Amino acid sequence: MDEFKLTCPVPLPAGDRILLAHGGGGKLTNQLIDNVFGPAFSNPALDARHDGAAVTVGGARLAFTTDGYVVRPLIFPGGNIGDLAVNGTVNDLAMCGARPLYLSAAFILEEGLQMETLRTVVASMKKAADAAGVALVTGDTKVVDRGSADKMFVTTAGVGLIEDGRAISPQAVQPGDAVIVSGDLGAHGVAVLSVREGLAFETEIESDTAPLWEPVQALFAAGIEVHCLRDLTRGGLASALNEIAAARGVGIAIEELGIPVREAVRGACELLGLDPLYVANEGRFVAFVPAAEAERAVDVLHALSVTRGATVAGCVIAEDPGLVVLESRIGGRRVVDMLSGEQLPRIC
Amino acid sequence: MCLAIPGKIAEITEGAEPAFRHGKVDFAGVKKEISLAFTPDAVIGDYVLVHAGFALNTVDEDEAHKIFEHLELMAELEEAAGDAP
Amino acid sequence: MKFVDEYRDRKAVDQVAQEIRRTVTRPWTIMEVCGGQTHTILKSGLEDLLPPEVTLVHGPGCPVCVTPLELIDKAVAIALRPGAILCSFGDMLRVPGSAKSLFDAKAEGADVRIVYSPTDAVKVARERPDKQVVFFAVGFETTAPGNAMAVWQAAREGLENFSILVAHVLVPPAIEAILSAKECRVQAFLAPGHVCTVVGFEQYEPIAERYHVPIVVTGFEPLDLLEGTRMAVAQLESGRAEVENQYSRAVTREGNLAAQKVVAEVFEAANRQWRGIGEIPGSGLRLRQAYRRFDAEERFALTAAGAVEPAECISGLVLQGLKKPYECPAFATRCTPERPLGAPMVSSEGACAAYYLYGRHRHGRV
Repeated sequence: MDEFKLTCPVPLPAGDRILLAHGGGGKLTNQLIDNVFGPAFSNPALDARHDGAAVTVGGARLAFTTDGYVVRPLIFPGGNIGDLAVNGTVNDLAMCGARPLYLSAAFILEEGLQMETLRTVVASMKKAADAAGVALVTGDTKVVDRGSADKMFVTTAGVGLIEDGRAISPQAVQPGDAVIVSGDLGAHGVAVLSVREGLAFETEIESDTAPLWEPVQALFAAGIEVHCLRDLTRGGLASALNEIAAARGVGIAIEELGIPVREAVRGACELLGLDPLYVANEGRFVAFVPAAEAERAVDVLHALSVTRGATVAGCVIAEDPGLVVLESRIGGRRVVDMLSGEQLPRIC
Repeated sequence: MCLAIPGKIAEITEGAEPAFRHGKVDFAGVKKEISLAFTPDAVIGDYVLVHAGFALNTVDEDEAHKIFEHLELMAELEEAAGDAP
Repeated sequence: MKFVDEYRDRKAVDQVAQEIRRTVTRPWTIMEVCGGQTHTILKSGLEDLLPPEVTLVHGPGCPVCVTPLELIDKAVAIALRPGAILCSFGDMLRVPGSAKSLFDAKAEGADVRIVYSPTDAVKVARERPDKQVVFFAVGFETTAPGNAMAVWQAAREGLENFSILVAHVLVPPAIEAILSAKECRVQAFLAPGHVCTVVGFEQYEPIAERYHVPIVVTGFEPLDLLEGTRMAVAQLESGRAEVENQYSRAVTREGNLAAQKVVAEVFEAANRQWRGIGEIPGSGLRLRQAYRRFDAEERFALTAAGAVEPAECISGLVLQGLKKPYECPAFATRCTPERPLGAPMVSSEGACAAYYLYGRHRHGRV
C-alpha cells in the first residue's frame, strides 16, 4: 500500500457573519459579548455580567434585566413564548436576589400571524405574571413584513427590589461552597425538541417553565447565606457553572450521580445523542451556599413544589480555577467544558 | 459513529411489504416512530437497537445477561477464596 | 433504561477493571475504531480505570472527521442553490469545508435542515415537489441500510426530486490501511459494535489472521468497552489473534441479512478519500447504476473544485492513532472547537474535540 498523505486542510473560520451558534448560550455567545457588546457599553453594572444588573437609585437597590424570546415553535408542551418570557424575566431578577415587581413587553409580530395565537400567548403571560406577583406595566407593538420575523418575537425588561443589602453574585462564591441544583434537568429543551420538525417524538415531558422567586425568598427567609444564584437556561447546567467558575476563578467539582434527570428526558437525550448537562431549562436554578448550610437549604427547597427535586450536585474547589470537573458514575473524571454553540442532535 | 439505543417495541404496523414495516418504539417513556424493515421477526415487547430511525437488530436478552452472570460468579469465587482458611 | 443502565454500573465496571489489572503484564496499545466509543471513553473518564500498561488510541471511526473536503464543499454548493433543500444529520453541520461549513451556508440563507433519519429527508421531498431535496448520506456500514432504504423508497414512489450525496465509508479497509502503515503501533482493535450489528464480523477474520492482531467486536457502554479491552488484553497476553464478540447481545457473526440485502441492492463498493489519510481503495460505497439517477453529484454535475489542502494540523496522524491530540502543538491553543484547524476538532466524536472537551485537565494543556 502507498504512503499516506498526512495532510489536513485548514478550514477558514467564518468570522464576518452572525451564526446561530452565537445565540446558543455557549462560548460564541460569550465571545460576542466580550468582543462586541462589552467593550462598546462597558460600565461597572454591565461588566459584572450577572443575569441582571444591580443599580442604586435614590436609596433603593434595584435589579434591572432584559431578555429576548425567539423560541420555535411558539407553543410547545407545557408552555408558550408568553409564559416563557414572563418567567424568564422574573427569574433573572430573582437570581439577583431581587423581588420581581414590574415588567415591560415589546412584541414584534409577523404579518399574517393568527390573532388566536396572539391571544393565547397574551393570556398565558397574564396568568404567569399573576402567579409570579408581577405587573406588566408597559409595552410596545411592531409588525413586520411576512417573512421578516418567525411569527412572533417578544422582548421583555424587568425591575425588582433587592432587599436587606444582599450581594448575590459570582464574586461571593467561596471554595468549599455547596452547589445545589433546584430540580431535574433538561425538561424544557426536550419538550421544545419533541415538536420540532424533523425530530418529532411522543413524550409526556412538558417544559419546566416556572417562576423562581418563591424558593429564593424561602432561602432568604430561612436565613441561609446564599452566595450566588444562576438560572439554567440555554446552555444548561454546564454553561452556568462554567460562567461562574470563570468569573470567580474557582473550580467546580460535580458528580454525575448528583445530577437529577427524569427518565423520559434521559430517553430523549440518549435517542438524539444529547447531553442533559447542556440542555435548556426554564424553571431551574443553581445555588451556591456554604457547605454547612447545604442540608438545611435543600430541606427548605423541598418544601416547595417547583424545587421538590433539589439536590447537592457538587462543590466549589480552589484547584483547577475556571474548570468544571465531573466525576462520572463509573468513577472516572472529565472536564465539562462550555459548548461553542448549540448542541445538535447526532447519529455519530 | 453509530449512536444506537435500545428501545422496547410498543406497537407494530405491518406494511404492504416487509420494507414498510414500522412501529412505535419506547425509550424510557419517549416514543418514536421507527422503521422495522430490518427486523421482520421482532414482536411487541422485544427490545431493538435503533439508529437514525431504523431498528438494526433485536437485543438478545440471554446474551445480555452473560457478563453479569460471569461477574457474579467471579465475585462469589473471590468471597469463597477470602473465606477459605 | 434497560440494556443501558446495567452497562454503566460502577460495581460491574470496577470488577472488570480489576480483572484487566490482574491479567496485564506488559504495555499494550489498543485502538478503538469508532467515534462513538471514543466519546464514551472520554465522557466517562474510562481511562482513569485502566492500568498504565494499557494505552487506548482513537481510530478514524468518525465519519464526520474523515468525510473529504470536496464532499463538504459540494454539500455547501448544493445548499446554496435557491431551489435546493439540503438535509443532514446534525453531526455534519459544523464541519468546515475549504471556505465554509453547512452552518455558514445556513447563515447565508441556504435551506439546510437537520434530520434524525434519512426517511425524514424523503418526507421533505414528498412535501416539496417544487424543490430539489438532497440528503447528505454520511456514515459507516451502520447508516448504510437506512440510507439505502431511503433511496429504494424514493425510487418506488418515483420521487425524482430526491437525491443523496454519498459519503459512505467502510471500516475493514480502514483497519487494514492502518495496519499496513510502517509506523503502526496498534496491537489490537476494538471493532465498532454497531457496524457489526449490520455486517457481522466475518470480514475481520482474514485481517486478524493476516496481521496477527486480536480484534474484539465491542459495544458502546463503559462496561462493554472495559470488557472488550479485557478480552483484547487476554488475547495479547496469551499470544492469540482471533476475532471475538464482546457485543453478543447485538451482534452475530453473519450480521443482519435483511439490512445487508438492501445495501447490496442499492450500493456497491468504490474507492474513497479519507480526509487526513488519503485514498483507500474499496473503502467507500456508491450508488449502483440502477439507482445512479439519485446521485446528487451526478444530478447537479458538481466537479471537485480542487480543494485547498495546506498542511498544518496533524489530524492524519491522530486519525491513525499515531499521535494523541494533546501531542499536537496547536492543540487547545491555535486549534480549538471554535477555531478548528482540522476536522477532528469539530465533531465531538473527533478525537481532538473529545480530548478538548473532556480530557484537557489530565494532560496539563489547560
